[in-house]
Amino acid sequence: MRQQLPLTIIFVIGVFMALQYFVPHQSSEFIYEYALDWVIIIGVFAMALGLWSLFLVHFAKIQKKSAGWGYSTIAILGLVYMLIAGALWGIEEGSPFMKIFWYIYTPIQATMFALLAFYIASAAYRAFRVRNILSTILLSAALLLMLRLIPIGPLSGPIQDIDRWILGVPNLAAKRAIIIGVGLGIVATAIKVVLGIERSYLGKD
Amino acid sequence: MSHRIKAFLALLTVALPLTAFSQDTLTLPAPPQEVQAFDTPNDNGHSIAIRWKLSADDGAGANSVTMYEILRAESPEGEFVSRGVVAAGTSTYDDRGDKNTNRPNYFPSGTNFYYKIRAKAGELSSDSEVAGPASAKGQWYHTGKTVVLIFMGIFMIFVLIFIRQAQKGKELYVRPIGGIAAVDEAIGRATEMGRPILYVMGLGAPNDIASIASYTILSRIAKKTAEYQTPILVPCNDPIMMSIAQETVRTAYLDAGRPDAYKEENIYFVTSMQFAYVAAVNGIMLREKTATNFYLGKFFAESLILAETGSIAGSIQISGTDEVAQIPFFVAATDYTLIGEELYAASAYLGREPLLLGTLKAQDWAKGLIMVLLIGGALAATLHWDFFVKLFSVKV
Repeated sequence: MRQQLPLTIIFVIGVFMALQYFVPHQSSEFIYEYALDWVIIIGVFAMALGLWSLFLVHFAKIQKKSAGWGYSTIAILGLVYMLIAGALWGIEEGSPFMKIFWYIYTPIQATMFALLAFYIASAAYRAFRVRNILSTILLSAALLLMLRLIPIGPLSGPIQDIDRWILGVPNLAAKRAIIIGVGLGIVATAIKVVLGIERSYLGKD
Repeated sequence: MSHRIKAFLALLTVALPLTAFSQDTLTLPAPPQEVQAFDTPNDNGHSIAIRWKLSADDGAGANSVTMYEILRAESPEGEFVSRGVVAAGTSTYDDRGDKNTNRPNYFPSGTNFYYKIRAKAGELSSDSEVAGPASAKGQWYHTGKTVVLIFMGIFMIFVLIFIRQAQKGKELYVRPIGGIAAVDEAIGRATEMGRPILYVMGLGAPNDIASIASYTILSRIAKKTAEYQTPILVPCNDPIMMSIAQETVRTAYLDAGRPDAYKEENIYFVTSMQFAYVAAVNGIMLREKTATNFYLGKFFAESLILAETGSIAGSIQISGTDEVAQIPFFVAATDYTLIGEELYAASAYLGREPLLLGTLKAQDWAKGLIMVLLIGGALAATLHWDFFVKLFSVKV
């Protein structure tokens, strides 16, 4: 029973969702949208669980004085401040909530994103090291693609042609092969879950 | 020549073309012909399709038509109201509206409507004959998706055949995948080092198939970590995913006979904001000194930041995603990468259960079929066999 009930629900909902794709009638649309609304409702309630989990984890760290417990204090203070600020003064522009959002959160987020440039450089260094024939081909293709963005007089024309071929033929072929594989993988996974073939996440009977 | 004659000639020069122009514009455009109104096929029942033959003065004749206005009424003699305009040269219009009765653009299903098309040439216009009645009806089957249905059916047949073979005990060969073969080694390494394992499910939604594949892999990995008594940390970006991950890991520990070793506090919610999540996970890697990092699921711009930090921290890393744009980053920065569909196959590989391996074989056969069709399509395109392309067209 511990497995049969969830498997039955998954089967019924899964088969309905698969059939729904082929039924444009508004009744089918209605049930589909109704199901999606439920996802939102569950998400809102789950957020309370998430907040509780966040609080417990950081509170435990502060209590045990674990490594980085100071950050946990800031996390909890931030959480409490944003909850109170949002509840008392709203989230309109200029409110204390939005000030923290625009002047602290957004710059920190932008900083994290900006780190990507440095990580790309270090990853590229490792990826483009000439170790064997394949990495040499990769390096050559990358160099040609980078040169495309630089005006280098009469050489620009032929380089553009080569780059167009690299992007339009081998690159696109590989991408499409992956996309076809992913598509089949998605269908296979859905079938496995809906038919109850894949039930590892439910444990043993 | 006197000034008077000169002035008269100048007046004629200006006035004659003007007279000719006004004669042109005063001619009414020819009305559109053969107007048809019918229920739009394959829809939810809130749209009527209108087709007509262009006015004789559209692109030919006086070439004066600039646009067509679509007019609708509930009776042939009723008051026609404008439903939209299309540019000259267009002979189709789908009059669609909202399905919700409380919306201003509500389009009732089952109500008879009459249409006429107005050809407009500047201020002048002429109307077509009234067409109709036509009413919108929802369909119970989308004929444009028959090809998808057929392929789904074929794939299902493959799946059932191979599952049957697996049930009969036939050995099914699946090629080894480096990233999956390394899972045991990676968990073993963490156990030897006495450090935790980090499992990141990505930033997908809980109902993304990549996330679902990630739960199934998490279940297999958690069972092994329970057997090896190695802690597994699962920071989540979504509370629903957190709940699913907690249940999955709890069940895996129960299956491994180690329910006491399960720690709910190791599977927790961090944040749903992308880069805040990255910052938190990077901090976990550096503070907890995780020996092994798994990144399996849906990843976006954060993939490289996570993988590079793990690489700098010296962790062994196994990644897998179906996001084509992120695969190169993972290939560059992690030790093993499950490319695209390998993410979906990983659970079957780890479990080695015959039924699951059967679905993998079915996938291979489906890929074989697609390869044959691709070659056939390339040949058909080369030989201009358009019917072959039309055979596979899908109307969404």
